[in-house]
Amino acid sequence: MALKNKAVSNKTSNSEYFELLEKMILIRLFEDRCSEHYSRGNIKGFLHLYTGEEAIAVGSISCLEEQDYVITHYRDHGHALARGVEPQYAMAELFGKSTGTTGGIGGSMHIFDSTKNFAGGHAIVGGQLPIGVGLAYAAKYRNTGAVTLCFLGDGALNEGEFHESMNLAALWDLPIVFICENNLYGMGVPVEEAVAKKDIFEIGHAYDMPCSRVDGMNVLEVKKITEKIIKDVRNGKGPYFLEAQTYRFRGHSMADPSMYRGSSEEELWKLRDPINLYWSWLKENGYAKNELDGIYEKMNTVMDQAVEFATESEFPAIDDLYNNIYFENAG
Amino acid sequence: MPNVITYREALTKGIREALIDNDDCFLMGEDVGAYGGAYAVSKGLLEEFGPKRIVDSPLSESAIVGLGTGSSMVGLKPIIEIMTINFLLVALDQLVNHAAKIRYMSANQYSAPFMIRTVTGGGAQLGATHSQCFEPWLASVPGLKVVAPSSPYDALGLFRSAIKENDPIVFVEHILLYGSKGIVDEDYYEIPIGKANVVRSGDNLTLVAYSKMVPLCLEVANSLEDQGIDVEVIDLRSLRPWDKETIINSVNKTNRLVIVEEAWRSGGFGAEIASTIQEEAFDSLDGPIGRVGGLEVPMPYTSVLESQVIPSKDRIITYIHQNLNT
Repeated sequence: MALKNKAVSNKTSNSEYFELLEKMILIRLFEDRCSEHYSRGNIKGFLHLYTGEEAIAVGSISCLEEQDYVITHYRDHGHALARGVEPQYAMAELFGKSTGTTGGIGGSMHIFDSTKNFAGGHAIVGGQLPIGVGLAYAAKYRNTGAVTLCFLGDGALNEGEFHESMNLAALWDLPIVFICENNLYGMGVPVEEAVAKKDIFEIGHAYDMPCSRVDGMNVLEVKKITEKIIKDVRNGKGPYFLEAQTYRFRGHSMADPSMYRGSSEEELWKLRDPINLYWSWLKENGYAKNELDGIYEKMNTVMDQAVEFATESEFPAIDDLYNNIYFENAG
Repeated sequence: MPNVITYREALTKGIREALIDNDDCFLMGEDVGAYGGAYAVSKGLLEEFGPKRIVDSPLSESAIVGLGTGSSMVGLKPIIEIMTINFLLVALDQLVNHAAKIRYMSANQYSAPFMIRTVTGGGAQLGATHSQCFEPWLASVPGLKVVAPSSPYDALGLFRSAIKENDPIVFVEHILLYGSKGIVDEDYYEIPIGKANVVRSGDNLTLVAYSKMVPLCLEVANSLEDQGIDVEVIDLRSLRPWDKETIINSVNKTNRLVIVEEAWRSGGFGAEIASTIQEEAFDSLDGPIGRVGGLEVPMPYTSVLESQVIPSKDRIITYIHQNLNT
């Protein structure tokens, strides 16, 4: 199976093509290391891996400007890394170390990096949506031109906050793109048993919000459509609802052996591995020769260093416990 | 120069000042615009400041509280009006799981310095779903601040401090206090968050209350004075943080403490105060700490029953005589 895209846009350079590939591989390897270190007991708590969904975060976030915001749900490693959060800080966070993105306070589900305008992983399903609306509201209020990319899973479609947020965004023409990562399951419940609407992207129509569906395993398709959407949103055309169809190659969390779905289904989806599809496309279109091993090697080195950094970092001091509850004890 | 205004006018004045002071400040809520606010607090503000600063929102409490968080994370100063504290329940996820946590969970990279104004209390015959007092729940959440003014003077002074807060603060107004009148200074003043106010000095018994129960406790104190009991009345003003020192100092003097609250006693704020005071000032107490609270029922509509539920002057006085052997 191969991607059918022609070159995405005449702006996409050779190095940009490889950047997409590197980012996807970085996320894949980051999640592999997370899995390994969860098994070893270095990472605790809930751990939701983004494996298989890499093309969505990488393709869409690659279209953003520095001033734009990204806000997402608890399966947030991929979005954070795609936005440029340093892997060693993210890994240190998962290890609970003081050098982590939030000094070990947030953990896997709550990665933040204000220097990248990465406004967080949020772990109450749907909870990030009103906050994303607020980020977009501020951009419009101050006329900054910033766009907010707000990710949600298919499970969030059924939360009341989804309706409220979609309505407000549309009502007030806010510069926000909702990207629904439909990975076909809300934990173990198939999406068709949870969402009444068959074609999920059409939910946008209920709010007179432009909407469409994209193949979330195809990084170039994601990039192409997001580029166009963001251009329109930035130009004041109001919000957009994009459904990206995808599949998580692992369980809902590390605690989930995925007994509710058949291995044949998993195997079929793995034929559509976004990294392999993209690599084939790069080769067929003459952008790459036999360098994939080299990229894996390079990204593995990055991950070795990240794990080493996380391992060698200190845990936070007990005295840090009460920091940052309020401004008065912030810092 | 002192000036007599209503609690409502004090709030309008505070909001107006905030809007004039900061272009990034806006008031958003259900019917805050053309309607002027369900309790008329924002009357005239739409005409004065326009629709960018006075924003009518749909009935979407969760979304507007979340909008308060998101927009304040990146520099705006929202005042979100939630028509009553009963409606705030549908936005508790945004308030408790998100607004209250954002500074801590992001390790100070983000914060949510916005205000929620809302209305507590019973006594207006609005029945079980519109007469509740949930501010003690909110006061149990690290990351939030909660204030509840009892007079026009406090409403203005606390508002001026609350709008300068750098963290989410719930500003709790009482449904039956809007028309109450009181003196405010013409000169600018603020009332610090987290400091209680000794509104009446006395030697025999300390009554602690907040919001609408404060003027009631003053009436109780006046009646007991006729019976030879000298009551000190403390207005908490803030529920989080709350001022235990002022209460301990008072108990050290009076040796008796009764807490009066409109909310249910179970798991209530009076329980928190009682527990803390017995821990920290046990030797000063001449008897058990008393609590008078709302009866443990959903609020009935009809006035003959509703008036039984909310602490009354007579109920407080009877309680004091029965339980404190005074």
